[in-house]
Amino acid sequence: MQEFVEFTLGGITDGLIYAAIGLSLVLGWRGTRVLNFAQGGMAMFTSYIALIVVDAGGSYWLGFVVALASGLLLGAVVERVVVRPTAGKPPFNNLIVTIGLLILIEGVAGIIYGSKNRSFPAAYSIVGAKVGNFALGPGSSPSAIFTAASVLAVALLLAALFRFTPVGLRMRASAFSGTVAQLMGVRVGRMTTLGWALAGLIGALAGMLVTPQTFLYPNSMDSIFVLGFTAAVIGGLDSPVGAIVGGLLLGVLLNYVTGYVGSNLPELAGLAILVLVLMFRPTGLFTSTATRQV
Amino acid sequence: MTLARHVGIAIIATVVLLALSSKLDSFRQYQLAQVAATVIAVAGLTVLIGISGQISIGHGAFMFIGGYATALIVMHLKWPLAAAILASGLVAGVAGAIMGVAAARLRGPYLAGATLMLAVALPAVAFQWQGVFGGDQGLDFTVSTPGFLGASFQLTEWDAWVCCLSAVIVLVLLANALRSRVGRNWRAVRDNDTAAALAGLNVAKLRVRAFIVSAACAGISGSLLAVTMLNVTPGAFTLALSIQLLTAVVLGGVGSLAGAIWGGIILVLVPPFLTNFANSHGFSAGSASVPIVGYGLVLIVVMLVFPAGIQGGIRRLLGLAGPTAAGQVNALGRRWQLARNPAGRGAAAENPGGRAEAGYQIAASEAAANDGVTEEGTP
Repeated sequence: MQEFVEFTLGGITDGLIYAAIGLSLVLGWRGTRVLNFAQGGMAMFTSYIALIVVDAGGSYWLGFVVALASGLLLGAVVERVVVRPTAGKPPFNNLIVTIGLLILIEGVAGIIYGSKNRSFPAAYSIVGAKVGNFALGPGSSPSAIFTAASVLAVALLLAALFRFTPVGLRMRASAFSGTVAQLMGVRVGRMTTLGWALAGLIGALAGMLVTPQTFLYPNSMDSIFVLGFTAAVIGGLDSPVGAIVGGLLLGVLLNYVTGYVGSNLPELAGLAILVLVLMFRPTGLFTSTATRQV
Repeated sequence: MTLARHVGIAIIATVVLLALSSKLDSFRQYQLAQVAATVIAVAGLTVLIGISGQISIGHGAFMFIGGYATALIVMHLKWPLAAAILASGLVAGVAGAIMGVAAARLRGPYLAGATLMLAVALPAVAFQWQGVFGGDQGLDFTVSTPGFLGASFQLTEWDAWVCCLSAVIVLVLLANALRSRVGRNWRAVRDNDTAAALAGLNVAKLRVRAFIVSAACAGISGSLLAVTMLNVTPGAFTLALSIQLLTAVVLGGVGSLAGAIWGGIILVLVPPFLTNFANSHGFSAGSASVPIVGYGLVLIVVMLVFPAGIQGGIRRLLGLAGPTAAGQVNALGRRWQLARNPAGRGAAAENPGGRAEAGYQIAASEAAANDGVTEEGTP
């Protein structure tokens, strides 16, 4: 029973991190129909930037803000410089370009920072809470609560942005139909860039939240990224709510797998889940478009 | 006729390579073996991507399977080397069949993500069952040169022979497959799967078969690399390896077996050069990452600037009937036509010949048109 509670709470925390990555993928995908395979690599890079700030004597929170700001900037730059030129070309081209970007960023991080694991500060304690003698595990620590709160806060802010602001309306219009939005006077290109910038910011947040557990090295976000991708696909790749629910489902399931079956196999279990979802419910659980070819 | 030509070229290539390997020092023999082994994986991947129209960014996983299969077979069953290599290819092919069944239903980014996940996930198997796979240390094994070559025969030269011969055999088989019914069927499925299904082809079966062939090539390649290094570790089969293979395919020219040879050569010979260059210019700490940056730049620049790759460039330089060069331009033209006027898609379908890359782009642009939110509204 104690284990079960521990795994469930841990799963919720992990799941919200996958959800954050999934959310960033959904944001990029909705605007451009490009899946950013470099999202995890970008988050790894912004985490290094935060670590530099902290190591140079800045506070954790300064590093946090700098990481998020650089994520925002990196997302915009990536969209303008390497993704925009592939617009109108076959999907194969933009896929290869974002994979190239992933390995480029990982290589640059390896050159600048070396490839050894670095420990990374957490915002709050990672010691789990106890109710009497009943330990709730790391999933109940202040750090985990901060993770959950910040991901949910970002998701709510994003929902508010899309629903209640003129910019959000323009972004939705551009994603729905670029041509029509353009005819109505929306600067579609800018909306796309903004979408990628926000995706970069959310990815950077995910990096800050997960890196204290994984350590920081050039490949540190690889497995988080593929699980975030799975979360987004479970949710339909088109739906922000779907990404969050998908992330939570995946996180809890994987914590049961790693807890009860084998601690080294989360990605393999995630792959099995991904394949099953794509086979039996290819539209995902929460997609708004009626059909899609997967 | 085609078969005779391929076999003829293969015999000449084998003789030249064997003669060459005896002239090289042992480090160059080792590199020759590595080039040959890599070419096999790259050729398999280019068949999958360029001919059958599926993507895999996790082919390192099948090399992992082939490498570990060889190590386990040699250590525990003590089979002869040729049997071990073949069996490793078969094991990887079975794994490819499993992945292929899932892949047959997936397109573009979904398939890319699933295969990426395979590459990230599989090395963990070595840690989960340390007793069998040796964990982080991996497995060490030994192979010896056959007795009839004499005791003084170098192991590196023997490795070079084995790898070159394997590469030649695999390339001949692939080249023939591409010229045969199955190759034509793959192209048909790639260019327009609906039309292929209407013409009576079993699309899913063809896709799975391409995955099996491609995974088996990767397995043989992984097996040969394990034999040249005499060990396998999970660290040798990283995501970077999978992306290297993709880089070689893209750089050589997607869908061209000759391009796969160029890609394989560059992939093995250039990175050590880059690393040495970085070391000698004071970058020693991160020098191992310099080639990684190179792969990233190559993937981005090739895709943005010259998507036909090296083989496309060679064809254009030589002014060869240039199915590639001409096809490239035509495909571009058609794509623009398609983009502006979806009704023009019929024109593309009328001209289904063309080259691998050209065909790929047609297929891809049709896929793009299909993936769009609305058929007519695709900008």
